[in-house]
Amino acid sequence: MEIIATALPALGDAWALILQPVVLGYLVLGVLMGLCIGVFPGLGGIAGLSLLLPFMFGMDPILGLALMIGMVAVVPTSDTFASVLMGIPGSSASQATVLDGFPMAKRGQAARALSAAFASSLFGGLVGASFLTLFILVARPVVLEFRTPELLMITLFGLSMVGILAGRVAIKGLVAAGLGMLIGTIGEGASSGDLRMSSYDFPYLTDGLKLVIVGLGIFAIPEIIALLRQDRAISEEPQLGGGWLDGVKDWFANIWLSVRCSIIGVVVGVIPGLGGSVVDWIAYGHAVQTTQDKSNFGNGEVRGVIGPESSNNAKEGGGLVPTLLFGIPGSGSMAIFIGAIALLGSGQIEVGPGMLKNNLDITYSIVWLLALANVVGTVICIAASGGIAKLTTIRFALLAPFLFMIISFAAFQSGQNLMDLVALFGIGFLGILMRRFDWSRPAFLIGFVLSNPAETYANQAVQIAQSRFRKGFEEGLEYIFSPIVIVLIVITVVSVVLGLRQARNIMAEGDVPSGSKRAPLIFLLCVTGYIAYAFYDAASIPSFSRDRTFPMFVAGACLLGCAVLIVRMVLRPETDTIFADREREGEDAQATHGLWSTLAWFAALLILTSLQGFILALALFLFAFLKIRAGLGAVSAAIYTACGIAFMCAMAAALNRDFPPGLLQDYADLPWPLG
Amino acid sequence: MSKLNTTRRTALGLVAAAAAAFGMQAHAGGHGIDLAGKTVEWIIPFSETGGSAKWANFYAPLLSEALPGQPTVVVKFMPGAGSTKGANFFQEQSYEDGTLIFGSSGSTQFPFLLGDPRVKYNYADWNVVLASGTGGVAYLPLETAAKMDGLDASGLQGMDFIYGNQGATRLDLVPTLAWEMLGLNVESVMGIKGRGDGRLMFERGEANIDYQTSSSYLKGVTPLVEAGTAVPMMTWGALDDAGNIVRDPTFPDIPTFKEVCEATNGCETSGEKWDAWKAFFVAGFPAQKMVFLPNGASNDAIVTYTKAFEDVKARVDFAEISGARLGKYPQMTGEKAQTALASATQVPAAAKAFVVNWLQDKYGVSLK
Repeated sequence: MEIIATALPALGDAWALILQPVVLGYLVLGVLMGLCIGVFPGLGGIAGLSLLLPFMFGMDPILGLALMIGMVAVVPTSDTFASVLMGIPGSSASQATVLDGFPMAKRGQAARALSAAFASSLFGGLVGASFLTLFILVARPVVLEFRTPELLMITLFGLSMVGILAGRVAIKGLVAAGLGMLIGTIGEGASSGDLRMSSYDFPYLTDGLKLVIVGLGIFAIPEIIALLRQDRAISEEPQLGGGWLDGVKDWFANIWLSVRCSIIGVVVGVIPGLGGSVVDWIAYGHAVQTTQDKSNFGNGEVRGVIGPESSNNAKEGGGLVPTLLFGIPGSGSMAIFIGAIALLGSGQIEVGPGMLKNNLDITYSIVWLLALANVVGTVICIAASGGIAKLTTIRFALLAPFLFMIISFAAFQSGQNLMDLVALFGIGFLGILMRRFDWSRPAFLIGFVLSNPAETYANQAVQIAQSRFRKGFEEGLEYIFSPIVIVLIVITVVSVVLGLRQARNIMAEGDVPSGSKRAPLIFLLCVTGYIAYAFYDAASIPSFSRDRTFPMFVAGACLLGCAVLIVRMVLRPETDTIFADREREGEDAQATHGLWSTLAWFAALLILTSLQGFILALALFLFAFLKIRAGLGAVSAAIYTACGIAFMCAMAAALNRDFPPGLLQDYADLPWPLG
Repeated sequence: MSKLNTTRRTALGLVAAAAAAFGMQAHAGGHGIDLAGKTVEWIIPFSETGGSAKWANFYAPLLSEALPGQPTVVVKFMPGAGSTKGANFFQEQSYEDGTLIFGSSGSTQFPFLLGDPRVKYNYADWNVVLASGTGGVAYLPLETAAKMDGLDASGLQGMDFIYGNQGATRLDLVPTLAWEMLGLNVESVMGIKGRGDGRLMFERGEANIDYQTSSSYLKGVTPLVEAGTAVPMMTWGALDDAGNIVRDPTFPDIPTFKEVCEATNGCETSGEKWDAWKAFFVAGFPAQKMVFLPNGASNDAIVTYTKAFEDVKARVDFAEISGARLGKYPQMTGEKAQTALASATQVPAAAKAFVVNWLQDKYGVSLK
């Protein structure tokens, strides 16, 4: 009662603050800026907020909050454009959306997929805010119940989603996830800083690979290359079917799925340390498990869009709990958000344990500004979706060079190193091969995303448990097997058993024909070789270091899986599903252009960049591509190129970013943007 | 309406700043550089999300107002290899027109002092124009703190402690070495992403000893102290002008590690171990964050930036606006910054050797 007595007036104050025309104006301004930045994959909230920071100093707190929240809130909404239309995961929040959203776009139902996604986003955001309004009052003690063993179990639960997405040959999916985890361990270990699969002589890898690069490489590049080879538009249908109203109807027909996924989103978002990286996969898994006919998943099942999209906006609301109540950012953009709040006004808002007591009205304002920004952003996005969906009818050869431009730029922002582009190319090549041989790419990505938390929490939980066991056996057991852990174990086991049983029906990436033995076997042997070397590499770390345990365990388990696969490949005939190979028949085999010649274009961009810097290389690349590959005349190719370059420069100038320099820039001092 | 107001306020601010700058230029008389129409890039070798980002974002707009010609000051983040990437980059830059500055932190200083093989930079080549200090406070759960007898920590010596550690070679080596000197059995749980995560671990009851830098302590731990779940144990202290450790002015009621050490059995405030601790404390806290001009900077540029930071400090509202955002720490310029730089980057060879050995023995960390 007492709680409500303080909460209601604060809620009233919050609405009074929000519903001033000038506050709403700032909110809309923030939303518009967020939409402009969010549609570009890999940039997202961090780039946007950094852009706003210089204006935050001394700004009226509620205005500054409206501007920043407007911007942050719409990123998980607007990144859906890239996921659905191009198959490019815009941010970690919309990776799962790619699985069914992009196939829908290919079938000519882009507008329907988009509006279903946006309706779900909007609803998720509102459910999240309503839930938070009550929950935030009691959140602190609940959140503190999630100790390291609980966090580890949630991470494992997230990993168990691999079971559903493993594909037709379960072990292949598991090895793919393991490979993702091993790639995730590259670099300095979190425990004692020992190096895995890297060396100080070659500093790039010591920081590990970034999610932006792996996400773009594993999903976007294979899709871009595959579409480009076929030389057609993204949509197979010349006429776009399914207007935006259909998508909203789809969402309404699945409203309970949307409710459940929103709750999943907000609850997982609340727990500090995991951030949003697993939420969309858990929601996707839930959508699959609760659907009767699973045969459409991966081919454009609208429930596969509604689930993750409902959860990812709700998660943003949940993420406010650790951010505001503990002062611990749930994501990179939240970290900047905290820093920016300190700049507002006279710095009187102090994020942390005092927030509820001293600034409950501000807390509520933040929660509901977020919800309101969702509404505004979604309405704009739905209104725009019909028009933007027409992109899928453009001949892809005209789009592709600009997509290469954008993803290269996005990848370069993660480390500001030419090696970012090399890594993007390398991971992209791995993605192409995984797609070709039907190795589950979602499983790989889940493994990669959760590799770091799984390792850290496992190491920490073991260490703390050891200390507890030294004090007493019971104390140790109590620590490890808390009620929450036991519940999570049960959920995880059930989900794995069900998932593996259902996995063969779910082809997250469509049906793939089988063919000869040679190519799939060579790829498997290469993967095995890498894993074996990773095992050897981890084993050579001194034995007292905790940094060796996790990669050795994962690599060891993967090697067993590889052994089983190799035996099966030797024994079975070449029509077995294990020999899946897209180059055998189907659209890849009949494509107009070869894989290597298409890939060579991207490689050329990379090599040119290393020689003469990004902008000069890009100009040459765009012109040559449009002229030769797309068959444009010299004049129109030149105009398109100029537009592309101008756009890129404007973008970089607005965000205050540089371009990758090449050898030329070492010798000649060129003005920006050339140098 | 309010938007209009904001614009007007900005415009007024600009006018005021221009007037101030005009006055200053007249005063400085010819020497000094004019940065009108230019963009100053302030490189921070960390991500957008860390404490150095907050510090730089606080100073950037103020610096922009105070520099002659009101250049735009943009903070450029260049994270990687625990800040050695950005610092190595800055080392390669040569002075051009004063539009490039660099912000270092304790995490940049420690690898330099410890001889990390990745370090290619040398503080001696750079020109310091500002040094910002901070402090640190260690704290305990209520029931554990009750075992301390006044300043005497001997009662804690038999207990098992867990501490969320960011990394053996990071600033965390100051608290862990201090606790070891007090005879405390502290086990470090590694892999913490920031001190905030360490505090959360403490709040969850998994860690039972922790430390925070002063501003984080004020925001994150003071409410816990008020709620009765945490008790401050000691601060690392502050340096007086003679280089002695005295009580931290931000926390005059909390004893320093030096006082606790003197009162505790087996802890010595002299000798090799103490000297090493003090050297690394001095390197990590009283001059934790510094602003540099690159190698070869002209005297004019150094004078201009020093003056600009002095003007920022001289603002009537500086105490108010910095108190909430940076805490009440010394912000040193000129001679004082030089002294702070020297003490922060020159550690006696014996102290260095001791810490390198200690890291090897305790954590198996090899700095080769």
